[in-house]
Amino acid sequence: MIKGNFIDNLPKVYGIYTGGFLAFIIIMAIAEQMGMSAKVIGICFVAFTVAIYAIIGWLSRTAQADAYYVAGRQVPTVFNGMATAADWMSGASFVAMAGGIYFKGYGYMALLVGWTGGYVLVASLLAPYLRKFGCYTVPDFIGTRYGGNLARLLAVIVLTVASFTYVTAQINATGTIASVALDIPFQYAVYVGLVSILLCSMLGGMRGVTWTQVAQYIVLIIAYLLPVFWISNKIGAGFFPHFMLADEVARIGELEQQFGFVANSKENLAMVPKGLAGITKAHSAVNATPWAFISLALAMMMGTASLPHVMMRYFTTPSVKAARKSVGWSLFFIFLLYSSAPMLATLSKLSLMDPSLPTGIIGKSVADVQAIDWYQNWNQANLMFISDFNGNGTVELNEFFMGGKAVVLATPEIAGLPYVISGLVAAGGMAAAMSTADGLILAIANALSHDLYYKIIDPKAETAKRLVVARVLLVVIGFAGATIAAMEIQGILGSVIWAFDFAMSGLFFPLVLGVWWKRANREGAIAGMALGLISGAGYLIWVRNGGSGFLGITQLTFGIFGSAVSLVAMVVVSLITSEPNAATQKMVDEVRVPSGRTILGKQ
Amino acid sequence: MSKQAQHWEKTRGLLMVTLAIWFVFSIGIFLFGAEMNEVTGPFGYPLTYWFTCQGSLGIFVILIFWFANRQEKIDEEFGFSERGDD
Repeated sequence: MIKGNFIDNLPKVYGIYTGGFLAFIIIMAIAEQMGMSAKVIGICFVAFTVAIYAIIGWLSRTAQADAYYVAGRQVPTVFNGMATAADWMSGASFVAMAGGIYFKGYGYMALLVGWTGGYVLVASLLAPYLRKFGCYTVPDFIGTRYGGNLARLLAVIVLTVASFTYVTAQINATGTIASVALDIPFQYAVYVGLVSILLCSMLGGMRGVTWTQVAQYIVLIIAYLLPVFWISNKIGAGFFPHFMLADEVARIGELEQQFGFVANSKENLAMVPKGLAGITKAHSAVNATPWAFISLALAMMMGTASLPHVMMRYFTTPSVKAARKSVGWSLFFIFLLYSSAPMLATLSKLSLMDPSLPTGIIGKSVADVQAIDWYQNWNQANLMFISDFNGNGTVELNEFFMGGKAVVLATPEIAGLPYVISGLVAAGGMAAAMSTADGLILAIANALSHDLYYKIIDPKAETAKRLVVARVLLVVIGFAGATIAAMEIQGILGSVIWAFDFAMSGLFFPLVLGVWWKRANREGAIAGMALGLISGAGYLIWVRNGGSGFLGITQLTFGIFGSAVSLVAMVVVSLITSEPNAATQKMVDEVRVPSGRTILGKQ
Repeated sequence: MSKQAQHWEKTRGLLMVTLAIWFVFSIGIFLFGAEMNEVTGPFGYPLTYWFTCQGSLGIFVILIFWFANRQEKIDEEFGFSERGDD
């Protein structure tokens, strides 16, 4: 069935894989009709998909540095796009995004704009040039362009701070899903998640991660889109929700008017379990100031362009030209999910709010709602809560509370879809969190093994030894991440946003100016990275400890302050110190031209 | 001016145009979010709402592909495009 080399057969391989996955869903649906229990279906979905990723990881094992670090630089544009999309869309995008839109509306949707708009910066400012450079890691670019171990080390530090903040959230998400689907305690589930993550990346490095990420993208996009389309059709909202939900959006606006947003008293809110929220903001109205919206979007866009696990995906394409196109494909695949999240939020909210729908609960009697199966399940899972504050016996809009995750996880069940869809959604969430965690752990481990160990500590190390170090680091970082995740310090979404701010504070300007400003030199870059990271982190700590902040910069957008400091420091210090030497200037000239060999390939 | 300098000048020009379009749809229009939302946009959604769910996102996708094609043309014009790939 498969002839010739693997790369030429990719469409066929993944076509068969997709068909196989759809067949698996159908088999599960039949099994459910024949009486298989919900729990067994959940276990089957998670176990089956994770087993497939592990097999791909094992088949991709390698002992070559090029394959381990950059997948041999032969990943075709479209497939790299899918892999990047999976790398990018985390547990937060999959599980929490629709919930955020559901509860916060417009103010939250700045993240949709920010997490997509950043790719324009990636494509135009950075990706093609870093690909031409031919580096293995992002600090590799900083270290070679600016020269010296200090610049390289600082880049490694910024990368580690940003990626580590991000990765604990992802391991947390895999743990949450594994604990629900496999019905084991969270503290153990975190390590089950970690082992699944390491199975994909340990043996094959970037090559293993690339081919599992493509497989994970296929699972997660099916798992996200199928329920959205199904629910939309089921409640008669339209067969293509993205183009047909205008009436439903307007209807939610009417219902908001009709029910009104009643503020709850402090005593009442104290009874609501932690982490649950009610609908308090308008669904489609503009409810944030322009600056609140724009500053969040801007921080996310600049953060996108500085996050190393995304950037390093474009090191794997065969050419500079392919790197540019690949960014376009990445964003296209991301767009498929992001444009569906607001539709899911709309459908979910309407299902619950509209008294004329059989699923609507607002306006029904409290006793009736508390008797519904799904309410009891999700109430037990601590994701739903009803309390009759005003004592009138019916559920009011301000008396119903839900966790952010429930919008994605519970909506299929609320809308009356078979359980097989809930199992599919769990597999999708697992795929999303695993793929991002893999990319991040690999980014950290590669930077430490390549830049810190090989380039700084032991430049004479042989390939075999370097790869052993890389793998040991992978496991160590994974366990460190899992241990912190098991402590459950932060929520999933908060720490994700911080990661963007850390990355942009320390890396955005040193990367961009490295290509676009020949005059930028080592001293400038060192000042930019160090002061950017320190001032960003300082601002965060200050605001967290009751500081008032300024210019409307919050703890979610502290990167704007950090990167501004970074820019000023870098320009000023570069200008008062001597310009880079002729060899460096020539190197920048070569980076700007796509043709010819890569910079590092020549050395 | 050398061939390389001309190539870079055109590349920089393209960057400016790309960033200008990016700025309009990621930042510019949201300065007028409240006013714009009174207008009915494509498929009947309120206009600002539509931009945040679909409009800006879709424009970014198209913008990147457009940029990639323009840049390829510039590279070809100066003989800097890579051979034997894709």
